[in-house]
Amino acid sequence: MEAAFTLTIGVLTACGLFLLLRARTFTVVLGLTLLSYAVTLFLLSMGRLVTGRPPVIVEGAQYADPVPQALVLTAIVISFAMTAFAIVLSLRSLGLSGTDHVDGVERP
Amino acid sequence: MTVTHALLLPLLVPMFAGAWLAMMPARRQRWQRSVSVGASLALLPIAVGLLCVADTGAIPVVAMGNWPAPFGIVLQLDRLGALMLVLTAVLAVAASVHASCGDARLGRHFDALFQFQLMGLNGAFLAGDLFNLFVFFEILLIASYALLVHGGGPRRIVPGLHYVLINLAGSSFFLIAIGILYGLTGTLNMADMGVRLQGLDASSLPLAIAAGVMLQLVFLLKAAAFPLYFWLPRAYAGATPSVAALFAIMTKVGVYAVLRTQALIFNLDAGPLAGFMHDWLWWLALLTMVIGAVGALAAHEVRVLTGYLVLTSVGLLLAGTSLQTYEAWAAVLYYLPSTTLCTAALFLLAGALDTRHDPVDPALERPVGKAGGRVVRRPGMRLEGALFLVAIVTAIGLPPMSGFLGKAMMLRATMGPSAAAAWSVILGSSLLLLIAASRTGSRQVWSAPYVRHGVRSPRRGVVLRRWKLTCAMFLLAGNVALVLFAAPVERYVDATAGQLSDVAAYREAVLHTPPAKEADR
Repeated sequence: MEAAFTLTIGVLTACGLFLLLRARTFTVVLGLTLLSYAVTLFLLSMGRLVTGRPPVIVEGAQYADPVPQALVLTAIVISFAMTAFAIVLSLRSLGLSGTDHVDGVERP
Repeated sequence: MTVTHALLLPLLVPMFAGAWLAMMPARRQRWQRSVSVGASLALLPIAVGLLCVADTGAIPVVAMGNWPAPFGIVLQLDRLGALMLVLTAVLAVAASVHASCGDARLGRHFDALFQFQLMGLNGAFLAGDLFNLFVFFEILLIASYALLVHGGGPRRIVPGLHYVLINLAGSSFFLIAIGILYGLTGTLNMADMGVRLQGLDASSLPLAIAAGVMLQLVFLLKAAAFPLYFWLPRAYAGATPSVAALFAIMTKVGVYAVLRTQALIFNLDAGPLAGFMHDWLWWLALLTMVIGAVGALAAHEVRVLTGYLVLTSVGLLLAGTSLQTYEAWAAVLYYLPSTTLCTAALFLLAGALDTRHDPVDPALERPVGKAGGRVVRRPGMRLEGALFLVAIVTAIGLPPMSGFLGKAMMLRATMGPSAAAAWSVILGSSLLLLIAASRTGSRQVWSAPYVRHGVRSPRRGVVLRRWKLTCAMFLLAGNVALVLFAAPVERYVDATAGQLSDVAAYREAVLHTPPAKEADR
C-alpha cells in the first residue's frame, strides 16, 4: 500500500507542478487542483498509514491519529474555495483581455 | 473574563464587525463606513492596552477550549506580537478612514473584506501554533485576493491573478512543510516543536531541513524576497491607495513569520538545525535590496516607486533577521514599524500625486472631456508635496527621520566579518533610492502637468482631500513619534529582541501555563 500511496502523491505533485508552469489559466487552475489533491493525501499519510484502527478513542486500543484528519478537512475547504475564486478571476481576466494567457497578453 | 481573555479581542472585534458588514444591505453606505471605521478605531486602544501588558515581560496565553498547550490550540501574546498588533491597528485606522473618502465605493463588500483582512493579520500575530498560523495566513490572503482586485479593471485583474496563483501554490507548500514537521515531531505547537526537533535522530535530519527550507521559502514568498518578488511591484501599483496602504504590512507578516520560526523552531540552540538558512537568507536579502533599488530607478510613478521601496526595506529586514544576533533583531524591530508607516503613507499620497489616477468616485469627481480639458496643474499640491518629502526622506533613511535611525542601528549591528557586503549594499541602495526618489518626486510634484478633474461639488471634494491628507499625516506622525520617543522605543525593541532570544522562558510560559480553573471561566 505504501508504494502505491507514495507513487500517487508523487505523480499528482509532478503533474500539478507541470501544469502550474503552463501559460494558460485553465491548465494552471487544473495544476493547482492536482497539487491540492496531492497535499491532502500527503497530510493524511503524516498520521502514518495503518488499517483497522478505530477513528475515535476506544478503551485499550490504538486509535488513528485525529490531527491530520482535522488538518486535511481545513485544507480541503480552503483549497476548494480558492479554486473557485481562481476560476472566477481567470474568467474575469479572459473577459477583460480577450485571452486566456496568464499575463493577459498573447505572446507568440 | 480575565486580562488574558482580552487577547481574543483583536480577533473578535474585526470578526463580528466583518460579519455584520457582510450582512448589511449594500445601499447603507454611510452605516457601512461608520461600522468599519468604528471597528478599526476600537482596535487601536485594544492593541495599545495589550502592548502595555506585553511590556511587563509577561507572556499571556489563552488555551482555546481550555485544552493545555501541546494538544490544544493556544493564542499567545509577547512583545513582538504586541508591536505588530499596534502597527496593524494604526494602519487600519488610516486605511479605513482613507477608504471611506471614496475608495470603498469602487466595488462591493470593501468594508467586510477589510475587517476580515484585519482579523487574519491580528490572528497571525497571536497564533502560537503552526497550523493556526497557516489558517490565519489563509484568512488574510483570501481577504487580500479580493481587496487587491477591488475596483476591477485590467490593471488590477491580471496582477491580481498572478498574486492569487502564486500564493495558492505557496499555501500548498506551506501545508507540505507543516505535514512533514508534524510527521517528524508529532506536534504543531511552535514552542513544543522546537523542543522536539532538538532530540531528532540523524536519519530524519535531512527531512527536517527540507521541511524547514520549504517553510522559509513560503514566508519569503509572502515577504517578497529576491527570487519570489515578481508579483509585488505590479500588484501594489495597481491596488487602490487604501488597500495598498494596508498591504504595506503584508510583506512584514512574512518577515514576522521568518523571525518567529527562527526564534522558536530553528533557533541557535536547536542543535543540528541551528541557523540552517542563515547563509542563504543573508545573500537573498542583500540581493533583494539591490533589486529593489535598481527597480526604483526605473519607476515613473510614485506608486511603483513605493512598491520597490517596500522591496528594499524587506531586504534590509531579512538581512537583519538572518544575522540572528540580539543587536540585529533590535534593529529589525525598530526599522519595521518605521518603514511600514512611511511606505503606507506614500501609497496614500500616491493616489493624489500620480497623474494616471482612476476617476475616484463618479459621483464626486469626473474627468473633464476634451472641451473643458485644459491641461492645468491641480491646485494645492504644496501640502501633498511636503508630505511626500517627509515620507520619502523616512523611506530612504536620511536624517532626521526614523528610517535613518533604523538604518544606523542596522549598520551598527552588521559590524564584523559581514560588514563589507552589508555596508556597501545598504549604503549603495540608499543612494540609488535617493536618486530615484528625487527624480520621480520632482517629476510628479513639480514639473508634470495635471489633467484637471471636474469636481461636481467642490466643497465636498475639498473636505475629502483634507481627510485623505490627514490619514497620510497620521501615519507620518507615527514616524515622527518614533524619532521623538526613540529612547523608550529602543528600550522596548531591545526587550523584544531579548525576549525572542530567551526561548526557554517562552516555552515555559506556553507549555506550562496551568489550565484555567472552572471559577475563572
